[in-house]
Amino acid sequence: MSDITKLTVSEILKALKTKEFTSYELTEAYLRNMENNRNYNAYITENAEIALQQAKESDIRYAKGENRALEGIPLGIKDLFCTKNIRTTAASHILDNFIPPYESTVTQNLLDDGAVFLGKLNLDEFAMGGSNETSYFGPVINPWSKDKPLVPGGSSGGSAAAVAAHLCAAATGTDTGGSIREPAAFCGITGIKPTYGRCSRYGIVAFASSLDQAGPIAQDVRDCAILLKSMAGFDEKDSTSCEVAVPDYESFLDGDIKGLKIGLPKEYRPDGLNSEIAAYWDKAAEYLKARGAEVKWISLPHTKYALATYYVLAPAEASSNLARYDGIRYGFRADGQHLDDLYINTRTQGFGSEVKRRIMIGTYVLSAGYYDAYFLKAQKMRRLIHDDFMNAFKECDVILTPTSPITAFPIGDESMLENPINMYLNDVFTVSVNLAGLPALSLPIGLSAGGLPYGMQLIGKPFDEGTLFNVAAKIEADAKFERI
Amino acid sequence: MAEYIIETNKGKWEIVVGLEIHCQIISKSKIFSSASTEFGDDPNVNVSFVDAGMPGMLPTLNKECVHQAVKTGLGLNAKINKYSEFSRKNYFYADMPTDYQITQFRYPIVGEGEITIDLSDGTTKKIGIERMHIEQDAGKSIHDLNPTKSYIDLNRAGVGLMEIVTKPDFRAPEEAGAFLRKLRSILRYLGTCDGNMDEGSMRCDVNVSVRPYGSNELRPRGEMKNVNSVKFVMQAIESEAKRHIEVYENGGQIEQETRQFDPTTGQSKLMRKKEFAHDYRYFPEPDLPPLVLSDEYINTVKAEMIELPDAKKQRFVETLGLTPYDAMVLCENKEYAAFFEQAAQGHDAKKVANWMMGDFFAMLNKKRLDISQSPVSAENLGNLVELISKDVISGKIAKDVFEIMSETGEDPEKIVEEKGLKQVTDTGAIEAIINEVIASNPDNVAAYKNGKTNLAGWFVGQVIKMSKGKANPSIVNKLIREKLDQ
Repeated sequence: MSDITKLTVSEILKALKTKEFTSYELTEAYLRNMENNRNYNAYITENAEIALQQAKESDIRYAKGENRALEGIPLGIKDLFCTKNIRTTAASHILDNFIPPYESTVTQNLLDDGAVFLGKLNLDEFAMGGSNETSYFGPVINPWSKDKPLVPGGSSGGSAAAVAAHLCAAATGTDTGGSIREPAAFCGITGIKPTYGRCSRYGIVAFASSLDQAGPIAQDVRDCAILLKSMAGFDEKDSTSCEVAVPDYESFLDGDIKGLKIGLPKEYRPDGLNSEIAAYWDKAAEYLKARGAEVKWISLPHTKYALATYYVLAPAEASSNLARYDGIRYGFRADGQHLDDLYINTRTQGFGSEVKRRIMIGTYVLSAGYYDAYFLKAQKMRRLIHDDFMNAFKECDVILTPTSPITAFPIGDESMLENPINMYLNDVFTVSVNLAGLPALSLPIGLSAGGLPYGMQLIGKPFDEGTLFNVAAKIEADAKFERI
Repeated sequence: MAEYIIETNKGKWEIVVGLEIHCQIISKSKIFSSASTEFGDDPNVNVSFVDAGMPGMLPTLNKECVHQAVKTGLGLNAKINKYSEFSRKNYFYADMPTDYQITQFRYPIVGEGEITIDLSDGTTKKIGIERMHIEQDAGKSIHDLNPTKSYIDLNRAGVGLMEIVTKPDFRAPEEAGAFLRKLRSILRYLGTCDGNMDEGSMRCDVNVSVRPYGSNELRPRGEMKNVNSVKFVMQAIESEAKRHIEVYENGGQIEQETRQFDPTTGQSKLMRKKEFAHDYRYFPEPDLPPLVLSDEYINTVKAEMIELPDAKKQRFVETLGLTPYDAMVLCENKEYAAFFEQAAQGHDAKKVANWMMGDFFAMLNKKRLDISQSPVSAENLGNLVELISKDVISGKIAKDVFEIMSETGEDPEKIVEEKGLKQVTDTGAIEAIINEVIASNPDNVAAYKNGKTNLAGWFVGQVIKMSKGKANPSIVNKLIREKLDQ
């Protein structure tokens, strides 16, 4: 038999149903891959024993014909999702001993559908970063790396690398400003950030509450559709989750796109845009046009303010969300003579520098005297950016853009480390979507001259993930991108 | 009310006071979690993952707390805001698990209102309510169990609070006291807060400033945190006002600052100056959508409103003929008012009120009983008054009967019957006693006839005494005069 770990989720489901192999065998195969590829540093915590137990139970269900939607599918879980009795670190020293006594809603949904959890995947500390280099557990290596190790993107870098390197069948990710889409693009795989409110945030370590969304990272569009169906749904434990029915996303894959209006935002095509990605963008538009879609230029006039807006609002929320990591009740503690010393010592030693930077920025923009100039203004800008999209969707059904202006860069890249702004600039195509709460999908479109994947992003109307899957499936079919 | 003026040898001053009152909401579970609000359980028993600020935990708004808040807002005659928002108030403390408090900042659930306070001289005054918002309580830090450690109890963390902010309308300590009593009365009527200041379910911050008498300026204020009784609030106002005046009269300036009142010394001490005030970095709580109330919802709560103390007092005065003072005392407590109304049913309400204000409350006091434990039922108290009204017993005998009732809980009619205490109204029987008294007191009869007519009262007393109190006094009075004037 060929390598069963290279199969997609939909292929595995078929094979498990026809008993070509068992979930136990498959899980063992992934665990072997994980062991042989620890150099990627994709997992923070491996969960072999429980995974094999879960696989065994899934095999029994297949035998009885009681198999559920994801029965026996070995998944990797971003280590930002709290998993009951499995250490959950958020890739931070401050939580490196934290074992949650509860399960996040999204991972519970996956377990309820029969998924097997192989382990907890590396990420940027508290999901803050675009390269997975801020992790307390060290950087993740992009499986596409050639002569020198490249970043997998971030923050869901472990998820993207693990899926690309077949260290799991698929993975969960979270996306606050591009954290699913950018690593998916850098690693040549597919990921979707659904509409804000589609997936419950209950049990996901919060970064920026009004922007955070969970979503799947998988090998192809169909797998994302299958996984999102399981992950999504209203949850009364999250007051920001929406009571909107979750459709069968797979059913959208076979739709046609005749007459569908595809918008290309002109603000996403500055003069300096790298010509390779510009060419792939044109090519993707051509694919869609050839299938009967109408492609047109649209305008999102406030795009140039999106990054600034994001880097005010996200740190502001983060500075408050991360206050609870104070050494009092759980996690890492560094003692002190007085309560204030305990706080200072714990947080100084417990957080990494990027997290501290964002806490400082967030604290600053919320401070008396600065609130109106920064936070309030950013909130107003957020509304304008949202309105840009709503206006654009009067003229088109889906927006097509590149996911990132660049491909994966080397770990320790000096220009990125010297000036964090250079790192933040990579998010230029992704952050607006989070500010507007919209669904967006990234899929691979082709390789750079240097042999590294580029991703294309599709942005949809609120709760219209189905159309994204439909359009993405067409690009995927035409681009014929070859995964690792 | 007479003005409250502080006069020194240098001048006259008046005080400007406002209150901020934190009231624990009566609800089964906490405002943002499903943990119990039970008071007095073992430490850290009623703590959910949300209350403990665990990673990834999210607040969900308890509808019961919203309902209680709207009810309270209506009870404060206040505007219910159909749109309100939650905000985070950021500060680090060990008993605040998330290190921010979820509260309401720019958009509170209740806007301006007013309540009427009753003052000791029988006058009333209206006190403005600035706003009321809902928020979560913190846990408790216990520092005195161990010399080097502090203990944290999170049972209270996340219990719902209503923070009521008044306008700076108080001009005398007594007014603040009257306000707190009235507020507590309203909250207890509504069942939205039990109002026990000593248990901390109602806590008061007091803002005090002074100004030269007659001026309109507003000077910097001292804020005293968590004063925990009505009496201490009044003392705190007096002492803080004196402190300000002393500073001003010695040429100093008062700066806005936070202080702590110590009831044992009657003085307050500095907690922190304005420049060390926390920057709470308020911002809208992203985990909770804005709270939007429909007219229909507000009307439903309105329809549930019961008669509150002021309306009840007015009714007792206007339709039952009570004095404003009696009506106020009876209405301050919902249970008193209910007892009174039941007792007065079909009887002379004024007399029932007199009995309650007198012998009845004295009895409860002496026996240290709550009205709900009273041995004398409302019905029996009403019956006792009825026996007096119908001249079955005299007021004097009634006191004896009440004494027995308060021991045995028996029906007064039964007591009167069994002990033979019925008033004698048979003129023949009374005449016989009168004749006896006249016969055995010839000197006094002579004195009466010589013009000492006020001796009539003495004769009446003798006759009633001889009848063991049962002779009807008005009949005795009439017959005595007839006999003596013959």
